[in-house]
Amino acid sequence: MLFLGLVDSTLIESLYMLSALIFILGIKRLSGVRTARGGNALASLGMAIAIIATMLVVGVKVNWLVLAGGIVAGTVIGALLAIRVHMTGMPELVAFFNGMGGAASVCVALAEVALDLTKQRDGALSSLGSDKAVAIAASVLIGAVTLSGSLVAFGKLSGKIKSSRIGPIGSQGLNAVMAVACIALAVWGGFFATGSGSIDLAHWGLAIVALLLGIGLVVPIGGADMPVVISLLNSYSGLAACATGFVLHNNLLIVAGSLVGASGLILTQIMCKAMDRSLTHVLFAKFGDDGGGSGGGADEYTSVKSAGPEEAAMILDTATSVIIVPGYGMAVAQAQHKVKELATVLEARGCTVRYAIHPVAGRMPGHMNVLLAEADVPYEQLFELEKINGDFQTTDVAIVLGANDVVNPAAAEDPASPIAGMPVLHVWEAQTVFVIKRSLSPGYAGIKNGLFERENTMMCFGDAKGFLEELIAEVKEL
Amino acid sequence: MSALLVALTANTAESSGLNPVIVGIWVLLLAIFVGFELITKVPPTIHTPLMSGANAISGITLVGALYCAGTGYPALGQVFGFLAITMATINVVGGFLVTDRMLRMFGGPKKKAPKGGKDGGAR
Repeated sequence: MLFLGLVDSTLIESLYMLSALIFILGIKRLSGVRTARGGNALASLGMAIAIIATMLVVGVKVNWLVLAGGIVAGTVIGALLAIRVHMTGMPELVAFFNGMGGAASVCVALAEVALDLTKQRDGALSSLGSDKAVAIAASVLIGAVTLSGSLVAFGKLSGKIKSSRIGPIGSQGLNAVMAVACIALAVWGGFFATGSGSIDLAHWGLAIVALLLGIGLVVPIGGADMPVVISLLNSYSGLAACATGFVLHNNLLIVAGSLVGASGLILTQIMCKAMDRSLTHVLFAKFGDDGGGSGGGADEYTSVKSAGPEEAAMILDTATSVIIVPGYGMAVAQAQHKVKELATVLEARGCTVRYAIHPVAGRMPGHMNVLLAEADVPYEQLFELEKINGDFQTTDVAIVLGANDVVNPAAAEDPASPIAGMPVLHVWEAQTVFVIKRSLSPGYAGIKNGLFERENTMMCFGDAKGFLEELIAEVKEL
Repeated sequence: MSALLVALTANTAESSGLNPVIVGIWVLLLAIFVGFELITKVPPTIHTPLMSGANAISGITLVGALYCAGTGYPALGQVFGFLAITMATINVVGGFLVTDRMLRMFGGPKKKAPKGGKDGGAR
């Protein structure tokens, strides 16, 4: 700690310890449905304590313009973004916040480098030993990858970045070269450049190459793999904070950072399992590369039956049990309120309505749950894949809403399929399946979906929201 | 690996008392373990709020950033400090607020609210 201000360091350390404890309790509560809101409040209390404690230390010798200016600016921007975001824009926002965390770690580390250079210039002995220099390098590396990776994810999620290459950036070869360069620069900055005037060169260089590496790593990754990428970047933002903790010898940063790192890794693991793919496969192999994918254009389908809203409503007339399967298409069409409306109308007719949520439906972990919660769907009606998969057999109608690969029977039935083994929702076992979708175009995996030509499948072509509106009107008229 | 550790520790030998790097590594190991133990089973409903709440906690870098506003830092350092404080605060404030907004919606079956705005948007 650089400055010992108003108060004694034991007090500060005690406050930090208290804050770390509160974080641990907060994150524990965050992982349960009933306790989560309290957990979030608890964690923000921990943060407040940590900030106040730090102000007590730095309070005497501080540039208040920098401190207050930064806090005011950050609070205004953060609060505006958080209050104004639409629930459908949540994946982008989470990606953006991840990036901000990473960026802060880079800046703190580079500020330490600047401080050390000034000391050297003034003739004082460099206080930067290898222990700190290695931590600075780690902080810069992880933070910069998190920053640029998150911004690319942000761009992809909001539809601003569509390509899987930016010039040569995004190719495996260049990524490998940049990764090696990062390690070389980190070793140089961490062990050899310490105490010399070139320390800034090493860490600045590292920051730039790591930023490019972050872009290169995330650019090739496609939309449906985003849940994995976002969870992983979440984990990185924690690890970056952790590295910054080693730079400043601050145990609170280490504790909080590693908690986040662990939770992000667990989510990543859950997402990978839901797709039956390994993390390396998600990160380094594009789906088409496996061979198997056979295009899946409209011409490949032979016996597709389609139904309009009236026909669909007639079938729903006699249905007593319905399962709705939402996917990314629901998010795109912002159809969650219409879904809820349809469910309410059906329930009024004595029909039971449930929702089957595939863990990787959408673009981030839990994406569908957030949207349906926004539309006031009680979460008791949402069921996980394992819990509901056996129930399709006894269900009258399954309504697939903008989901594709996660309901592809090939995953369960065709061992040669590229997605063989991926857990899917067995919608085809229902009496009748409605697939509400714009066209027969393939999903992310780029493969044909046999569901579309099953006996009991009705394709309902159209925009999810528009079709539901008409369907609701028809059902009301019954 | 052990060579790296030796190099790490050798440099802090001059600091008296406990070596902060070793202490830090102990803390790291234990905290990661605690993290994994705490969050092994997460119901999917809560995946997004857990992620954004955890993300807000990772804004703890703000504590580090505040030190960089100290007058002992050179101008360039303070510029970085300002950027770090701003971005970390965005992360903290935005993260906790948005998580709370989401979790408020998860509040379970509410009493039938009057059919309000149907723009599907913020609020």
